[in-house]
Amino acid sequence: MIAELFTTTVIVGILAAGIRLATPYLYASLGETFGQKSGVLNLGVEGIMLLGAFAAFYTTFITENPWLGLLAAIIVGAIMGLAVAVINVTLKAEQGISGIGVYLFGLGMSELLFQKTFGNVEIVSGFSSIYIPILSDIPIIGEIFFQQNLLVYIAYIMVPVSWFVLSKTTLGLKIRAVGENPEAADTLGVSVSGVRYFTEIFGGVMSGVAGASLSIALLNVFQQNLTSGLGFIAVALVYFGGWRPFGVLIGSLIFSMVNALQLWVQVLNIPIPSDIAIMMPYVLTILALVIAVQRVRPPSALTKPYERGG
Amino acid sequence: MQDFFSKHPKVWRAFDIFLPFLATLAALGVGAVMLMAFDANPVVAYGALLEGAFGSTNALADTLVKATPLLLVALGICIAFRGGVINIGGEGQLILGAVASTAVGLVNPDMPGYLLIPLALFVGFLAGGAWGAIPGFLKAYFNVNEILSTIMMNAIAVQGMNYLLREPMIDPVQLEAASRIPQTARLSAAFDLPRLIPTRLHLGTGLAIIAAFLVFIFLWRTVVGYRIRAVGLNPNASRYAGINVPRHIVLSLLLSGAFCGLAGAIQVYGLHHRMFTDGSASGFTGSAGFNGIVVALFGQLHPLGAIPASFLFGALIVGANKLQRVMQVPSSFIIALNGLVVIFVVSADYWRRRMAQRREADLVGEMTASSEAEVPT
Repeated sequence: MIAELFTTTVIVGILAAGIRLATPYLYASLGETFGQKSGVLNLGVEGIMLLGAFAAFYTTFITENPWLGLLAAIIVGAIMGLAVAVINVTLKAEQGISGIGVYLFGLGMSELLFQKTFGNVEIVSGFSSIYIPILSDIPIIGEIFFQQNLLVYIAYIMVPVSWFVLSKTTLGLKIRAVGENPEAADTLGVSVSGVRYFTEIFGGVMSGVAGASLSIALLNVFQQNLTSGLGFIAVALVYFGGWRPFGVLIGSLIFSMVNALQLWVQVLNIPIPSDIAIMMPYVLTILALVIAVQRVRPPSALTKPYERGG
Repeated sequence: MQDFFSKHPKVWRAFDIFLPFLATLAALGVGAVMLMAFDANPVVAYGALLEGAFGSTNALADTLVKATPLLLVALGICIAFRGGVINIGGEGQLILGAVASTAVGLVNPDMPGYLLIPLALFVGFLAGGAWGAIPGFLKAYFNVNEILSTIMMNAIAVQGMNYLLREPMIDPVQLEAASRIPQTARLSAAFDLPRLIPTRLHLGTGLAIIAAFLVFIFLWRTVVGYRIRAVGLNPNASRYAGINVPRHIVLSLLLSGAFCGLAGAIQVYGLHHRMFTDGSASGFTGSAGFNGIVVALFGQLHPLGAIPASFLFGALIVGANKLQRVMQVPSSFIIALNGLVVIFVVSADYWRRRMAQRREADLVGEMTASSEAEVPT
């Protein structure tokens, strides 16, 4: 039965699913990378994803227009990002704890809204697959890479864009300066709070879109705790990726491939208990953290609120 | 303002203690707006909540029963916090303690209760401690962020629990009936923790309160406790003072996990008398691993402060069930409300610290004033 895993159909299936399933990780982790680069740990990604997923699902269900759903997720993400910034930057809350508050709020609120609006599981028609002309006709490669939906393509485009913004622009320089040495950045006239508000709102938007990518592009459903821990893995992936967008890309792909493999193991009835198979990505995350942390140093000011003259 | 407070230190202390209450009132205020948005009258709703939590002997007993795991988890969170680490892994540690202690009871069905119960609770304590020690070890010796590793350990524990309850530990009756509900057999009735009054209230609540005093004594009256707090306050200074910092980081997460594990064991022996799962963590834990963090913060990270705080949040959870029955407000409202309480309490902490700083500055000012003749104003 193990041999069945190595047929072309299954391998193509795993790779195509892996590419697709990396989407929510990519959005959430890239957004979180900006925040952490500026020195703020937002542990509430999971909660924002749930709210974004619900907002996108509900709007798409009512209007039958996934674009409006996406817009709703962006707005909700921005509002939550703003809230995170107020809590962590202005009120200087302990970031490891405030994030759990944001998570619980998002978890409870999304479920509450779902109960009050739908009550039972519905399906929407979200973003459909786009076949990229010519490229999608290439055997195997076309199926893996070029028959995905729009939000998948945008997620991958965001990787080089994030790299460019963080490494090659003035904005990126300010973000890094604020995360490494806020005192020096402040002395040079960079608004530490301003930059952190920007990165948190951006991170919120990306988390919202990550949720939307699940509810109106990949799965097209909403249910209680739809994300089931994905947002927390996304935060870990930022560490794993060494706070670099391309590192985050590699981490996201490894995780989504393991997930896809795990799904196929269940489909093919290979005798590994499914509970143990689902456990694997988390074990892998811990191992990955052990290895990753030895290589790179986190931004110096990560989780440290900035106090002028303190 | 400044003068007033420095002359009245008691007012300060009162302010410190009441700040979390103010934060909770603010959270309840936001909750009221949410209720109104769902066409529920907040006064009636909160009334139902209060009645559900305190309205009868049974309600009050249920509140105490719900408060018990919250208090034990909060004690664990206090130890971790005082040691300078954040333990988000209460859920997983609680599950480990529950599974391990259940296994002890299933394997030794004929042991007398007075021997088995202490043994099972101790095994639960150890199992939770082991689950907490892993992230502690990774933090101390490999510099792995404990917030992330404890979250991952939660997910691993849930899957492990699901596997054990679906396969090796499943109730033989469920196997025969082919219904395969993932739960263990009911433990021998001889192992039930004694009931205190004819309600669901059991001895575990008393044990948790005793544990709170023991943790207080441990942290403030023993050398090891002192070292844990020293490492938490200033790891560098502790290192220069000759304290083995990594070892105390492991120890604080180990003890933190151990109290969460004990919470799980007491849930099994005092309340459920078996282990079960609905696939998620909260199905068994009722999110006590997360809510215990709220309780610990609310109790100002003090073991004795956690006692009234756990009572308050136990009431909130029991009241929420009533809220759901009477007003059809889904109990997820309480999850969201708890999130708001966390956010408001940690945000309010900033004001407390800022005022404490100002107070210290005042004190230094006064001392220089008394030692020097000239005081610059």
